[in-house]
Amino acid sequence: MNVLNSYRTGPDEGGHFGIHGGRFVAETLMPLILKLEEAYAAAKADPAFQKEMDGYLAHYVGRPSPLYFAERLTEHLGGAKVYLKREELNHTGSHKVNNVLGQILLARRMGKGRIIAETGAGQHGVATATLCARFGLSCVVYMGAVDVERQAPNVFRMKLLGAEVVPVTSGSKTLKDAMNEALRDWVTNVSDTFYCIGTVAGPHPYPGMVRDFQSIIGRETRAQMQEMEGRLPDSLVAAVGGGSNAMGLFHPFLDDPSVEIFGVEAAGRGISTGEHAASIAGGRPGVLHGNRTYLLMDDDGQIKEAHSISAGLDYPGIGPEHSWLNDIGRVKYLSCTDQEALDAFQLLTRLEGIIPALESAHAVAKVVELAPKLPKDHIMVVNLSGRGDKDVPQVADILGTTL
Amino acid sequence: MSTRIDARFAALKAEGRPGLVTFITAGDPDGTTSLALLNALPAAGADVIELGVPFTDPMADGPAIQAAGLRALKAGQTLAKTLAMVKLFRGEDNETPIVLMGYYNPIYVYGVDRFLEDAKAAGVDGLIIVDLPPEEDKELCLPALAAGIDFIRLATPTTDDARLPTVLKHTAGFVYYVSITGITGAATPDADLVRGAVARIKGHTPLPVAVGFGVKTPEQAAAIAAGADAVVVGSALVEVVRHTLDEKGHATANTVPAVTALVERLAEAVRAVRRQAAE
Repeated sequence: MNVLNSYRTGPDEGGHFGIHGGRFVAETLMPLILKLEEAYAAAKADPAFQKEMDGYLAHYVGRPSPLYFAERLTEHLGGAKVYLKREELNHTGSHKVNNVLGQILLARRMGKGRIIAETGAGQHGVATATLCARFGLSCVVYMGAVDVERQAPNVFRMKLLGAEVVPVTSGSKTLKDAMNEALRDWVTNVSDTFYCIGTVAGPHPYPGMVRDFQSIIGRETRAQMQEMEGRLPDSLVAAVGGGSNAMGLFHPFLDDPSVEIFGVEAAGRGISTGEHAASIAGGRPGVLHGNRTYLLMDDDGQIKEAHSISAGLDYPGIGPEHSWLNDIGRVKYLSCTDQEALDAFQLLTRLEGIIPALESAHAVAKVVELAPKLPKDHIMVVNLSGRGDKDVPQVADILGTTL
Repeated sequence: MSTRIDARFAALKAEGRPGLVTFITAGDPDGTTSLALLNALPAAGADVIELGVPFTDPMADGPAIQAAGLRALKAGQTLAKTLAMVKLFRGEDNETPIVLMGYYNPIYVYGVDRFLEDAKAAGVDGLIIVDLPPEEDKELCLPALAAGIDFIRLATPTTDDARLPTVLKHTAGFVYYVSITGITGAATPDADLVRGAVARIKGHTPLPVAVGFGVKTPEQAAAIAAGADAVVVGSALVEVVRHTLDEKGHATANTVPAVTALVERLAEAVRAVRRQAAE
């Protein structure tokens, strides 16, 4: 029998993680994707590329991000010792910049002067607009019209940075439609355009490439935990929409059997209501946006609209590597409702003076549920993937406060 | 085994003229009207029919075909209903080839084996599945060929000579050349560039080459058809459907005649192409 001796070798050369992944794109894009795969393989093997990345990560992004012992949250929960990986302290306010930096440096190597991106909450769009400003590249960000409405501060930020923000009015007017529109742009402007995908999804090589760029989160966490506690953490928790912050934290720990790993999907108004964004809990394998993965759909294979309080998790799919990690049982996927996330958003703010993004609040909510049941010597790391400033107007609205 | 597609292209060759391939979306704006339209296409001059399978997220389609798909889905169209529609059409016409065009997910969810069996039984001749490049041939292309259904590949301006053999390897029936880099119904293709591209493809395959994307008027259709074995018109036809709908989005008495009127004008222009050249 063929036994896996590592969970970290994927994807295979066709871009598959088990049955998931692949390259389900129009022929017009195929040559571009093959060229990208080649260019990324060359960059990955080039020490000069890594050195350039490291320089910007240290001096522009502000890495390493702290691993912070959340003392009051730990006391409050009365169980596991909780650490926060502070990705919200990165330049632009989330983990998204790690990946964007990698892709923009790659685009420069490939001589592409026009960058396109899709965005949900706007965090990926802001990170992309930021690096395009830094390197003088033209930038077009596709954003669902609904998200443009609920994430107004990020829209303005992108415009300030010189990006063109295109509101997408087709379909459900959210992240999946923004991705459709970005793919339509790419298929039209193949010669000069680089598509900077914001998560560990899309056609091969994107899922593996974005994961590699985000894995700095987990690598730093390992080293920092070693320094602070002299050992590995016992569990990891991260929110999952497409799943890039989670993959980044999880990947360097996949081969450590003592580390239990939890991904948290958005349950919206509850899985049973059908109004959620939990592709693993409430979906099944299908093909969309270049990869096979768990998707929310009806019996005819039509994609359903996702629902989440958090625009960044409001996507009816999930990265293919997560789907595979679920299938083989290495990562356990939980889900968290809008209300639980909203409660955790307020709890962390009050106890630690850290306002989390609504996306990250989903992970915090599961810590609130899991930690009290665990012994005090259990070490749990939660990825605080983004800061919540962008969500303040929306939360004020929900809590009935007029700003 | 000679298929309806092979027979039709052989007949076109014998007649010394290019063919007209018409695209409509199955179930647009509703099942009954769509079936009536489908049944009327051959008499109006369609040599081959592409029947769009509606999908919520048609990444390679422009606004016109996106909207047509959403109208059909709203009216309750499913893949099973589309196959049933083909079966009814076959009761009227056993010669005009029908090619289903769409995206993989509805077929994947239906189940590939079950789909191929049902599609064959319904009288489907070929498949154009936009998001299945040669790299994913094991998914549907090879099983379809084994089931006796042609898998028609898209070749595009980005498909260079090095890649062309890969793209053509398991293509059957005809090759669909996408005349522009872009989405359906967008920029108008340059007839001279298209002629060159078709010649390049023909250097690699004996299969007929049909050209589509962005062809809207009889004049454009004739210009493109002059350099190809067939020309495909789609967005322009579903736009006619849209223009004939009432304020509630329902079909009117004018829907089918308006579409067939444009098909007749397109067919007239396309059929004139080589006759004029031969005179």
